[in-house]
Amino acid sequence: MKRIFTWSFGLALLVGAPAFAQKKATVEGVPEMTYTAVPNFLKLPTGEYLGESVAVATNSKGHVFVYHRSANTRLFEFDQAGNFIKEIGAGYYGFEFAHSVRVDKDDNIWAVDEGTNMVTKFSPDGKVLMVLGRRPPAVEGVTAYPVGPNTPAEKYIFCRPTDVGWDPQGNIFISDGYCNNRVVKYDKNGRFLAQVGSEKVGKAMGEFNLPHGLQVDGEGHVWVSDRGNNRYVVLDNDLKPIKEITNLGTAWTACISSGPHQYAFLSNSNPNGNGPGTWDTTGEIYKTELDGTVLGKFGHPGKLAPGFQVVHNLDCRNPNELILGEIESWRVQKFVFKATPAKSASAKSTGAGAN
Amino acid sequence: MKNLMQALLAATLVAGISASAQTAPEIKFDSVPNALQLPAGLYLGEVAGVATNSHGNIFVYTRTGHPTVTIGTARPFAHGGSRLFEFDPSGKFVREIGKDSYGFMFAAQVRIDPADNIWVVDQMTEMVMKFNPQGRLLMLLGRKAENVSVPNREPKNDGAGRPQDLFSRPTDVAWDAAGDIFVADGLGNARIAKFDKDGKFIKSWGKRGTANGEFANIRSIAVDAQGNVYAADYGNKRVQVFDNDGNFKTVFSNVGNAGALCITKGASPFLYVSNSNPPNDIDRDGEIYKMQLDGTVVGKFGKAGKLPKEFGTVAAIDCRNANTLYVGEVGNLRVQKLVLH
Repeated sequence: MKRIFTWSFGLALLVGAPAFAQKKATVEGVPEMTYTAVPNFLKLPTGEYLGESVAVATNSKGHVFVYHRSANTRLFEFDQAGNFIKEIGAGYYGFEFAHSVRVDKDDNIWAVDEGTNMVTKFSPDGKVLMVLGRRPPAVEGVTAYPVGPNTPAEKYIFCRPTDVGWDPQGNIFISDGYCNNRVVKYDKNGRFLAQVGSEKVGKAMGEFNLPHGLQVDGEGHVWVSDRGNNRYVVLDNDLKPIKEITNLGTAWTACISSGPHQYAFLSNSNPNGNGPGTWDTTGEIYKTELDGTVLGKFGHPGKLAPGFQVVHNLDCRNPNELILGEIESWRVQKFVFKATPAKSASAKSTGAGAN
Repeated sequence: MKNLMQALLAATLVAGISASAQTAPEIKFDSVPNALQLPAGLYLGEVAGVATNSHGNIFVYTRTGHPTVTIGTARPFAHGGSRLFEFDPSGKFVREIGKDSYGFMFAAQVRIDPADNIWVVDQMTEMVMKFNPQGRLLMLLGRKAENVSVPNREPKNDGAGRPQDLFSRPTDVAWDAAGDIFVADGLGNARIAKFDKDGKFIKSWGKRGTANGEFANIRSIAVDAQGNVYAADYGNKRVQVFDNDGNFKTVFSNVGNAGALCITKGASPFLYVSNSNPPNDIDRDGEIYKMQLDGTVVGKFGKAGKLPKEFGTVAAIDCRNANTLYVGEVGNLRVQKLVLH
């Protein structure tokens, strides 16, 4: 495997990354949801800091897990009141550049690392139970930003994976990612079952352009944030596309709430760098029914809380208590909502384009 | 004509042995739960080496992180990335050896010699390090490159190596009864280098190729009581056997991607060979063969996967006790203790 190295790799990451134009949502007449922001929700011990807080998730006890890009990528656990409990995975081989953390129905903690290309399942007490993907071996040399066409996607190797989810049977779904453009399904023991998409970028249904986030609803349907295509794509359990949602701006991340009546929270996050005009057209999060009916929206960009600085991932275990992780501002915020607003009839998802 | 018939018959028998590997009897076995108990906050990375000493203590050489490269320096320097842990026979953590060593970057193997010295092979610093049982350095082979190369050097030589102790991605070390040292050199080179017990270079043999005495690469070596050298030629899917001077003796081509070797002690020794699955696939290979030293397959066990009793790219086997094995896995970041029935 030939690797080319450029000294300005940090810059190359910024410049070389595909430029995704941020898109204004076209949905109209969506009611504004009112919320209360919990001030200083997470209490960090003296001397501890969050870096880019790209991922946040809760377990069944309400404990909050934050997977963030510190000098070394780190995973912190807090209690439901936001008090720091412990660090998980300090110095762990699979941690280099955080992208997502999710907690499964058994309270196992899954970390998706975009730097090591590894997805790790930790037990509730922080022991490694399973790993998917493999970190490129250091001995093969300094890894540069990939140049040229992507190599064919492999069953068990990821290329900057972004997120993980599970269906009620425990099958594992992974969005992969920044250089592959696919969703992969494994059984609960980590054996490959199927994939949709490939290493290639595409626009048709069943193709992706940076699948950036993923969640699975109670029906086993897979919600994919197809960020580069400015759409959410819903797949059935066998990864066959069912529909796309194209009117909610740029699809950064999706969250599906728990309970018998599930909602989707879909974020048209403001772009990194806060380009001119972007604060006027992006930054809001939509709450929808699983049929795509838009119920409401909330949030706006801003450096200061409760503004958003690139919401990267959110936890919606309780649809009325959202916890949001942001890239810029290195922050986790908690928003409490009073009630579910009435349905809006004016906003619908579009149907499947092509199969 | 009669001789020809005998030759054909012999060839058929050899082919028969080869075919029998696929249908070798399954050896029943169990994986001992929680074989190693790591202290809170300590994690294994890819396990490249596992070995026990005469007291049953367990040594694990693991890739715990990636080397750190310093920039803004005259040349890019690299350090760190692998750690060596010791556990007692019950699997309780005892200590770390060689913390922050200059020679630990990308773990290749750990082996324990008859005097309980701890030998560590590192693929990236390209060094073989001999520690005494207390963990003090006794001897070094090879030298770490002063700085990392950017872009990375691609080995372009024929793999024969130079007649000295500079290695290119070495993978393993073994000794004969006289204490002579054999180094598998390994992935960058494709040779076996022999040194006397004091580390003086004697000779080396092998180069990249497919003929007898040539290697695609060498993942592991082992030496039997007679001083014969067994080399896991992973890329050519075979184990080659040499005498103590490196003369080719025979080849076993019926055990798949030979990735890790171990020869048991005692009067009737066995050879364990792992058909290690490649890191990018758990839907093939993975089983471990138990063989007699003449190549006869006695049985096999396991398959690739992520569950207990499944294997993720086995890189090391310890067989001090012939029926209690320790297996180190790259893919599953773990050591399994296996009890064969």
